[in-house]
Amino acid sequence: MNKMKMQGVVAAVLLSTSAVAMAAEPDAAEGKKVYTTICQGCHMPDAKGAVGAGRYPALANNPKLAAKQYPMMMIVNGSRAMPSFARMLAPDEIAAAVNYVRTHFGNHYPDVLTTAEVKAVLPQKSDYERH
Amino acid sequence: MSSKQIPTLSRRELLAMIGTVAGSAVSYRAMASMGLIEESTYNGPVKLEGSPKGASVLILGSGIAGMVSAMELRNAGYKVKVLEYNNRAGGRNWSIRGGDVYTELGGFTQKCEFDKGLYINPGPWRLPYNHHGILDYCRRLGVALEPFVQLNYNAYVHNTQAFDGKPQRYREIAADWSGQVAELFSKVTKQKKLDELMSAHDQEALLESLRSWGALDRNLKYVPGRESSNRRGYEKPPGGGLDAAPIYSKDFIDLPDILHSGLWSAIGTAEAFYHQTSIFQPVGGMGRIGEAFGRELADVIQYNSKVVKIHQDNDKVAVTYVDPKTGGNPRTVTADYCLCTIPLSVLSQIELNVSPQMQAAINAVPYSASVKVGLQFKRRFWEQDEHIYGGITYTDMPIGNIGYPNTDYFKSGKGVVLGAYVHGRNAFEWTAMSPAERVRTAVELGSKIHPQYKDEFENGVAVGWHRVPWTLGCAGSWSEEARAQHYENLCQIDNRFLVAGEHASYIPAWQEGAVTSAIDAITRLHHKVVNS
Ligand SMILES: Cc1cc2nc3c(=O)[nH]c(=O)nc-3n(C[C@H](O)[C@H](O)[C@H](O)COP(=O)(O)OP(=O)(O)OC[C@H]3O[C@@H](n4cnc5c(N)ncnc54)[C@H](O)[C@@H]3O)c2cc1C
Repeated sequence: MNKMKMQGVVAAVLLSTSAVAMAAEPDAAEGKKVYTTICQGCHMPDAKGAVGAGRYPALANNPKLAAKQYPMMMIVNGSRAMPSFARMLAPDEIAAAVNYVRTHFGNHYPDVLTTAEVKAVLPQKSDYERH
Repeated sequence: MSSKQIPTLSRRELLAMIGTVAGSAVSYRAMASMGLIEESTYNGPVKLEGSPKGASVLILGSGIAGMVSAMELRNAGYKVKVLEYNNRAGGRNWSIRGGDVYTELGGFTQKCEFDKGLYINPGPWRLPYNHHGILDYCRRLGVALEPFVQLNYNAYVHNTQAFDGKPQRYREIAADWSGQVAELFSKVTKQKKLDELMSAHDQEALLESLRSWGALDRNLKYVPGRESSNRRGYEKPPGGGLDAAPIYSKDFIDLPDILHSGLWSAIGTAEAFYHQTSIFQPVGGMGRIGEAFGRELADVIQYNSKVVKIHQDNDKVAVTYVDPKTGGNPRTVTADYCLCTIPLSVLSQIELNVSPQMQAAINAVPYSASVKVGLQFKRRFWEQDEHIYGGITYTDMPIGNIGYPNTDYFKSGKGVVLGAYVHGRNAFEWTAMSPAERVRTAVELGSKIHPQYKDEFENGVAVGWHRVPWTLGCAGSWSEEARAQHYENLCQIDNRFLVAGEHASYIPAWQEGAVTSAIDAITRLHHKVVNS
């Protein structure tokens, strides 16, 4: 965790001086971690979703990911079968996950979601829980 | 109260105070994990009087709620039919037995390799004495019940950060904790620190009760001796014949060590209203209830029918369903009314014409995450080596619980243990693993408590509830705000359509919620039909 925080600080420093793309580096590892340890439970390792009596939508090649706010709000608020992760994931984890799915699985959206943008939409008391 | 009066505590205040000193975190945890505490509202078999005038009801889902509804409506003279996605009855009421094959979302298939007669309950596993409804259906359907061991004093409590990660016997932690807290409280009382709060007369009674509660000696001390050993066990227990005198145990665990270990948090779990003894399980697995209902309703349940659309007009309800495997072969069936018990996680994705308020309610309830893992071992080492007969070990590791089988005690041969019961963020993480990884992780973590795991483990099955194709989650998880805003809208009769299930109850994640919700729904529906 400390290491992650440090990376965040380094990223922020870099961000202030140099190109946005540089911030993507620490994000990618973190994003992959969040995706493979949480998101793929429902959206599946190949991000193609699944169909049973109900369904989990595919994130692969999904045009709804074009606006970064859409996946962010889904993670923060939840919708129908998708629970809210606002209290379970840290803001940097949410940003990293969004950036990861928007640049993988056939999605190529270069603009980056920042932790600050996530924090801005989190409910007031957003101390996330790590169980 | 006048300020001149000697302040005496009411019984209630006193209990509250003890709660604050001794176990507020305990009871908070217990209650928070269960939602509101409420006695079941079930009071005897439902009586639906008056003629349904030939009305038909289409019931969606053959879980407990759907089958209670089908049985009672049929008994009352309705024409009923049940559409069910699965090829079996029961829904979440389910046991996985040797030979069963289960495919979760994503296509991960497991074949259960358990020996004949061995099983795991991936969902519900216990039935509290105060869940009168589900217990009454067991009685009526002839489902045999046996005790579920919620509290085993000889099982372990375990925290990786305390006592060098060594599991502790529940009995010793519980005795040393209550003994030393009682002694401390007595000391405070005798130092007159309660004089402001209690009369001398009440303080005497308090001391007497503390002595009994904490197993203190005559001098109100928790010390090696008859009283304390009678709780925590002996260094050498009394026996027969020569050299048989007991040696009292004296290596107490210091109170601060217990407090900082957090292990006291396990002590309240068995005191929760829904965990108190007596508590039961069906002989042969929880799935016996669903199977018994299924036999009873064999001629009205239609399996392998995936509902995809529900449309009502002024005359009838039309429900469209398809083949679950292919998604093809759509058929439509109509009835006068539709009672839907499909979990909201799924129903919120089905085309349905109801009021915007009801649709908003259907969309508003997220489902909690949970994972269970069953492990088969070559022998019942927990009994043979450690004298643990049923019950639960609690740990702060992600596995959460180790649940020992509450049946077949002392049998030679193999046994199946609940190797993990995972909640919260851990449960999402375990759902993201493949079934084989979940089993492997459960064995690895469990072996820190039982080193025998390494040699004795044979095979396992793992169910992550968000990957269960027909629930997409463990149970409806209502926030207080969502309940205030949506619950009543969810439970209305919308023209010819209404819902039932654990999600439409104040006992979420319990089968009693499904039973009481079903009975309430059919009672209101019947009232409407009879009076229409
Ligand atoms: C891990 C876990 C532990 C639990 N522990 C306990 C416990 O110890 N004691 C206890 O009493 N309760 C416990 N519960 C809760 C209990 O299992 C539920 O409250 C209860 O079984 C719910 O019954 P239901 O009829 O409302 O829903 P379900 O049993 O889910 O029935 C719904 C039915 O609808 C079907 N269906 C879904 N979609 C469709 C579709 N599109 N078309 C047709 N059919 C469909 C499903 O296949 C299912 O058969 C536990 C649950 C879980 C998951």
